[in-house]
Amino acid sequence: MTLWAAMLTMALVMVVIASVLAVVLRDLLAAALALGAQGLLLSLAFYLLQAPDVAIAQAGVGAALTTAIFLLAIWKTRRKEEE
Amino acid sequence: MTVVVRTITRILLPISLVFGGYVIMHGHLTPGGGFQGGAVAASGLAMVVVAFGASRLAGRKGLLSSLESLGGVAFAALGFLGLGLTFFANVLAGAGGLFGNSVPYGPNPGDLNTAGTLPLMNWAVGFKVLAGLGAVVLLFALFGENHDR
Repeated sequence: MTLWAAMLTMALVMVVIASVLAVVLRDLLAAALALGAQGLLLSLAFYLLQAPDVAIAQAGVGAALTTAIFLLAIWKTRRKEEE
Repeated sequence: MTVVVRTITRILLPISLVFGGYVIMHGHLTPGGGFQGGAVAASGLAMVVVAFGASRLAGRKGLLSSLESLGGVAFAALGFLGLGLTFFANVLAGAGGLFGNSVPYGPNPGDLNTAGTLPLMNWAVGFKVLAGLGAVVLLFALFGENHDR
């Protein structure tokens, strides 16, 4: 297994882990941060797949802007999820 | 927000804006372009909104709105500039002057002064995306009550 394949596999596994965390976490602030980490790891995967153009857009929009919007939404409502 | 977040934002904001400008400026040579650079710069703006609260930036809504309109009008005007040939014809490429150098042959690091109207369109799209995404985050933060946390 080459270094490239190892890094891509690790990035994709961490994307899956972060996505599952974003779904199952009850603390919405932690879930939003997990979603931001998922976007950043997905941009790393795009970069490893030779698509730096998509990686920059994903890092800017997916990791930074959606996290900021989710943080503002959590501050305007409540932090804990309720049944 | 806490003093840690505010200090990190003070450090990262100029880096983010400069890197966004770099991505826009080299849009016709390297990966990236108007949208990507504008999104990177707008992420710095979103950081300011999150860290310092939106009430301090409430007076800049008109500036962002006019900047976005200016970007769109500049993009359309650059398209109409080539109307003698076709719409969006690249009249500045290879003509000398502004962005008018011809592209060198062979492997080369790239000449920034090429590609005609494309860098100008990249700047127009970059300012439009920066102002648009910044206005989205700012208006979302200003919605409802204006408490500064």
